[in-house]
Amino acid sequence: MSKATVELPPKGGFNFDLCRRNDMLTKNGVHAPSFLKTGTTIVGLVFQDGVVLGADTRATEGPIVADKNCEKIHYMAPNIYCCGAGTAADTENVTDMISSQLLLHRYATGRESRVVTALTLLKTHLFGYQGHVSAALVLGGVDITGPHLHTIYPHGSTDTLPFATMGSGSLAAMAIFESKYREGLTFNLVYCAFVEIPQRDEGVKLVTEAICSGIFNDLGSGSNVDVCVITKGKVEYLRNHQKPNPRTYISSKGFSFLKGQTEVLSTKVTLLEKPQQEEGVDKMEE
Amino acid sequence: MGSRWSPYDNNGGTCVAIAGSDYCVIAADTRMSTGYSILTRDYSKICKLADKAVMASSGFQADVRALQKNLAAKHLAYQHQHNKQMSCPAMAHLLSNTLYYKRFFPYYSFNVLGGLDNEGKGCVFTYDAVGSYERVGYSTQGSGSSLIMPVLDNQLKSPSPLLLPAKDAVTPLSESDAVDLVKDVFASATERDIYTGDAVEIVVINAKGIRRESIDLRKD
Repeated sequence: MSKATVELPPKGGFNFDLCRRNDMLTKNGVHAPSFLKTGTTIVGLVFQDGVVLGADTRATEGPIVADKNCEKIHYMAPNIYCCGAGTAADTENVTDMISSQLLLHRYATGRESRVVTALTLLKTHLFGYQGHVSAALVLGGVDITGPHLHTIYPHGSTDTLPFATMGSGSLAAMAIFESKYREGLTFNLVYCAFVEIPQRDEGVKLVTEAICSGIFNDLGSGSNVDVCVITKGKVEYLRNHQKPNPRTYISSKGFSFLKGQTEVLSTKVTLLEKPQQEEGVDKMEE
Repeated sequence: MGSRWSPYDNNGGTCVAIAGSDYCVIAADTRMSTGYSILTRDYSKICKLADKAVMASSGFQADVRALQKNLAAKHLAYQHQHNKQMSCPAMAHLLSNTLYYKRFFPYYSFNVLGGLDNEGKGCVFTYDAVGSYERVGYSTQGSGSSLIMPVLDNQLKSPSPLLLPAKDAVTPLSESDAVDLVKDVFASATERDIYTGDAVEIVVINAKGIRRESIDLRKD
């Protein structure tokens, strides 16, 4: 008889009630606050005995630059770093959370963290949130098994690559990698023994060029180039490795801000009353 | 429910105009963009409509170009009929009428018109997309306008247009100070607005004629 189907709470799995509520609120004109997004260029590449990570330093909020020199290369472990694109809060928090899990894991095992461990922790976290944690990451590091580079998408899928780009400037940066990256950077042992190519410097140069491509051709990316070189037992964090965008003009006279630019139409002064000590109440001891 | 075709785009960009007692400065950046991409770094948003009337326009540059051609054609007809150049206040009214003519399918363009009036004083007219306009002492339009306007308000305070008798709206600055201020506000807007950059083109109109100059801005 009872036609009305009672909606039972699901027995297991994820619960998306809040998503439905938020959709309803948006439909009725209650909009969620806007987030700080790092419309970004982040890149990484593997060279012979390590990994180079790179990032620009612009954070945007719509068409406005919110931060001209932010840090997008995050610490994960002494031998692992991670570049983040997407919502700034998500990339910062997700890397911090996994970083602390890795630290506890090191205390428990007494061994150096592996890049795949960080990768698995990150992707399971992101998959659990079904893309609502908008963090697109480039994860790089050197562990007992050698240098590794991975990309992680907000929904939790991952790639293992010799060179990778992410963010709104990923196409501009990938154009540089696709035209200039060569296997020699990774494997040409014999060649470099004869010619002595500074492989690390070559990697840094290519990463810098890829980031610059993002900075100049993608409006979501800008300001400076950050680079991080990870080799066995050594990390070089080159903050503001290049600053290709200085301010172009500064007025020689400077500005004076005169009083009275805004007219005062009326003035009313209300004096604060001194609070009266209530009688018969003990004062607090000093 | 597929998304419908949209006839408009926003190509960004910022325009500024300042009127002085015997000059007018009109400036705009030269970046044209769409979404997160730069289409070109060297596109002039400034158009000379008559000997003493120059327009700077941001918004949708296809509409802006159509508007410029329309005004050029009307100005040519005016010259044939009257055998003289149109004055800046006349051009200002023509621009308003041209914009309102397309009230229900507007030109997606945000204009400032600058020049010299019949007495040789600097004048600036500022518009919305459908032709509402006002003569002012200074104005800014486009993607960086919300960053620039408060600085101009502070440095070049103008009298209320409601005052009686009417007061002159022109700024007290000298020509070189006005050009210096324009360069500085563009450099500042470029720091924080992603759609403003590459270079700023500055046009100065005075009794001697029209002069153009340009300086580089950040290219990121």
